[in-house]
Amino acid sequence: MAIQRDEVRRIAGLARLEIREEELDRIAAELSSVLDYAGALKRLDLAGCEPLSFAPPAAALRADEPDGRCLTAEQALAMAPEAEGGFFLVPPVIEGQDP
Amino acid sequence: MAHEAVIGLECHIQLRTRGKMFCGCPAEFGAPPDTNVCPVCLGLPGALPRANRAAVEAALRLGLALGCAIREESVFARKHYFYPDSPKNYQITQYDRPLCAGGSLPVGEAGGERRYDLERLHLEEDTGKSSHPVRAGDRAFSLVDFNRAGVPLLELVTQPVFREPAECAAFLAALRRLVRWLGVSDGDMEKGQLRCDANVSLRPAGAAALGVKTELKNLNSIRGVERGLAAEIARQRLLLEGGGVVGQATLSYDVEHDRLAVMRSKEDAHDYRYFPEPDLPVLRVVGAVLEAARAGLPELPWTRAARLVGRYGLSAHDASVLCEQRELADYYEACAAVADERLAANWVMTEVLRVLHERAGSIGEFAARVPAVRLGGLVARVAAKEIPGPLAKQVFGWMLDEEGGVDELLARHGVRAMGAATDLRPLVLEVLGEHAAAVAQVLAGSSRTLDFLVGQVMKKSRGQAAPQVVRELLETEFARRAAGESPPRAPRGGP
Amino acid sequence: MSARELWRLPARALATAVRAGECTALEAVSAGWDGPAALWERDVHAIAHSDPGARAAGAGAAPSGPLAGVPVVVKDNLCTHDHPTTCCSRMLDGYQPPYDATVVQRLREAGGVVSGKGNMDEFAMGSSTEFSCYGPTRNPYDLARVPGGSSGGPAAAVAYGLAPLALGSDTGGSVRQPAAFCGVVGLKPTYGRLSRYGLVAFASSLDQVGIFGRHAGDVALLYALLAGPDPLDATSRASLPPDVSGWDGGVEGLRFGWPANLWREGVEAEVVAGLEEAAAWLERAGARRVPFDFLPGEYAVATYYLVATAEASSNLARFDGVRYGHRDPAGHDLHALYTRSRSAGFGAEVQRRILLGTYALSAGYYEEVYLTAQRARARIRREYEAAFSRCDLLLMPAAPTLPFRLGEKLDDPLAMYLSDIFTLGANLAGIPGLSAPVTPAAGGLPRAVQLLGPDDGEALLLRAARALEVRGERARLDRSHEVEFAWPTKR
Repeated sequence: MAIQRDEVRRIAGLARLEIREEELDRIAAELSSVLDYAGALKRLDLAGCEPLSFAPPAAALRADEPDGRCLTAEQALAMAPEAEGGFFLVPPVIEGQDP
Repeated sequence: MAHEAVIGLECHIQLRTRGKMFCGCPAEFGAPPDTNVCPVCLGLPGALPRANRAAVEAALRLGLALGCAIREESVFARKHYFYPDSPKNYQITQYDRPLCAGGSLPVGEAGGERRYDLERLHLEEDTGKSSHPVRAGDRAFSLVDFNRAGVPLLELVTQPVFREPAECAAFLAALRRLVRWLGVSDGDMEKGQLRCDANVSLRPAGAAALGVKTELKNLNSIRGVERGLAAEIARQRLLLEGGGVVGQATLSYDVEHDRLAVMRSKEDAHDYRYFPEPDLPVLRVVGAVLEAARAGLPELPWTRAARLVGRYGLSAHDASVLCEQRELADYYEACAAVADERLAANWVMTEVLRVLHERAGSIGEFAARVPAVRLGGLVARVAAKEIPGPLAKQVFGWMLDEEGGVDELLARHGVRAMGAATDLRPLVLEVLGEHAAAVAQVLAGSSRTLDFLVGQVMKKSRGQAAPQVVRELLETEFARRAAGESPPRAPRGGP
Repeated sequence: MSARELWRLPARALATAVRAGECTALEAVSAGWDGPAALWERDVHAIAHSDPGARAAGAGAAPSGPLAGVPVVVKDNLCTHDHPTTCCSRMLDGYQPPYDATVVQRLREAGGVVSGKGNMDEFAMGSSTEFSCYGPTRNPYDLARVPGGSSGGPAAAVAYGLAPLALGSDTGGSVRQPAAFCGVVGLKPTYGRLSRYGLVAFASSLDQVGIFGRHAGDVALLYALLAGPDPLDATSRASLPPDVSGWDGGVEGLRFGWPANLWREGVEAEVVAGLEEAAAWLERAGARRVPFDFLPGEYAVATYYLVATAEASSNLARFDGVRYGHRDPAGHDLHALYTRSRSAGFGAEVQRRILLGTYALSAGYYEEVYLTAQRARARIRREYEAAFSRCDLLLMPAAPTLPFRLGEKLDDPLAMYLSDIFTLGANLAGIPGLSAPVTPAAGGLPRAVQLLGPDDGEALLLRAARALEVRGERARLDRSHEVEFAWPTKR
């Protein structure tokens, strides 16, 4: 599975990572080599193997009660790069426009 | 070529739980910004979600009411997209294994319902809210509040079963009634507790294949659904009839200005990268939980409306009006248990609903003031002709603001109900004595003049006489005179 | 014992001394900082964040309990309300959480004190602790070599004497491999036994908090205090955790699997010699060797790097510069805010894994890549289940090599990934694993083996670790026989 430059661009876009043009080839090659290696799985007989998940014996649901873990607005905003008047500040959100 | 529209709806229902979907923060509306947040719903590093039992139970209630197939093992999934109101930049939702599948919602009056088929119903979490851009100096920015982030939502997706915008509006109204009936949501569209998106496509009338669809977002009132869909159908029809093609797109409808705006075209379709949420185990709905949900389900509105028709002989329309709210139907039935069923229906639909409308109150508040048995007692007296209608309405008015039974109220206001013929006969004779000309006209066959005489008696009784009783007394009197009997002498003095 | 020597004590003995009033909690906590850290920390750089004030406050709050006054190094991806928690990423530089991870909270409730935040590969992605934004940690046994990773800081700190215990996280070997490289005991519990609440997620279905100690008994002590259901972690096991109080009970009659096909090639001779030594010790203690072939590790590597990166790409989506973390000043619109902040905040290895994981989940590849890997995972688990029907424990290398040199594998991601070839399987299968030191290799580098057990097999693993600690001498198994730790010496 060789990954092409365009594919790296598309994936980087989805992941919101910026990749410089001159890095595209190197990253494409690195990803391709890992995926090539992962191709080994094709040799594994997966008959009867359902995707694994560790479900605990009893899927515990939470009672609908306050748990006293709420933060104050001050705590919530303490680590925010930019905040004002109890709100987090971000560049303008334009409806319908994917950021 | 004539085209028909094919519409499918996606509705989001905010659940009425104390806490959020995956944490214990209050799910309430209207708190100061970023105060109902914790590490989980703020998406802080290291925090983990835990599903709320009450939300799962609410989902089961709605799913069972809609006749959905309940999946014993459903799976939460992550849906990825970057957006500032999304604290983790993925939403926990359900994808290929939703809690409920299939089912249908009946819409319309008892006996004449149409069932609209559903695709699925699943649990998810709401996002926070970001404001429209605001300017400060040379910069613009948006404000984000995460209080709403993590509030439990049910997403309901219909099959593409609608043809007309009006059907969609009726569906939404029926859905709103149902979620309130079941107590799973307040369903207030203005508060965003019920939201609706629609998929719309047009095809040549009678064709089987679907045309290219567009997605219409933010139809956040019933009027908005109807008008937005009408606008989009008109837009697509114009395109197609002009020989053009419809492009896949997401649009938003502005109900204020009746305007459609394209939000996104197909080229930037999302790649949500769904995968099973590894922080949450499979949601297992074991038999006992399901049975408990089934047992806790109230009689459903459409079943109840049919029963009101069958049991009390109400019209389908009246039954549907009474089943608009569960508490109203309860009130009516409690009233009907002590009074004439049809008369009780009239009273509830006209008087009670009028008061609710005028005072913008809830049926619960009303019932606290005028319990159903109290109103029923009044209606029973009316039915027994002991209290004339106009007086009964006056009594009803007193009931709203005062304590006491019917007789107590009458006594307090110095009024004696003049239902009985013995009370009214002196008045009748008095009127006949005063209007000799009219008497002669009646004897000559004028029924309109009889109405005049009824009116005169009513006037003398200051509205406290039952018109039907007055009419009957007059008719008896005229029959006697026509037969040649002499009138008894009018007694002196009025009542 | 003089206060200067307190740092040499095992955790249990130190807590006893504090409770008996032989020393104060603050003395117990400070001993490692005043003594060995003064000698080692500048060179080794095991600690990313330390705060004497927070340590003193912690010691002040911890006069009693089974861990009274015991300093514990906590990996920098476990949330602590009184120390920064940055995952050694520029993205989180300066971030201090408003809450404690459940394991940290339980640690404090037992009287333990956070000694400092252990250096690590950024977001736990790495096998050498070279990918920390604060610079690498070095191996105290040879400063030119890596301590392993990603929990290299906690492992090195325990080895040189800063604290008798440390908490790490193990997603693919991040506790067992650095434990092996630093000559300490490292336990990765059964998935769901230690709460993940407050552990900054790398790959949720693989992550497990792990424990470092110089002695098997100390690891057992901390495990018993931390393990158990947590209502805040829906993936924590609801049942009672295994009882590890019998960690000095020996291995008489136990069968240990010997999958020698795994080290026929690609494994250093010194490592193989270590395995032979461990097997001999276990046999001396009464255990029996059961040879059989096992599924080659390449499948685990392939499976792991698809599952782990997919989950990581999702878990790391939240770092966007809105609510916390690095925000690039040039982010004038939202798209720029996201891409610039993330590209500047994440290091190269983290970005590489996010890209790979995004690919694995993206439209058109999900089934072929992610779903196939999850199915392979079931197959791998089945392989372990089959093995545990024939033996009680599996013995295999913790890593194919001895500690390698700094920079040796930096430019070859695949070679770096392969250093986890023996540890990934336990995370994929959810089973517990432990690495324990044997005699050092020629030249003094630590050498270790790995033991794997079935679900909830922690007690067996700790009994085997104790047996190795006393070199299989049954007469010395009992906890009353102290074993001197093989301390590094400053060259």
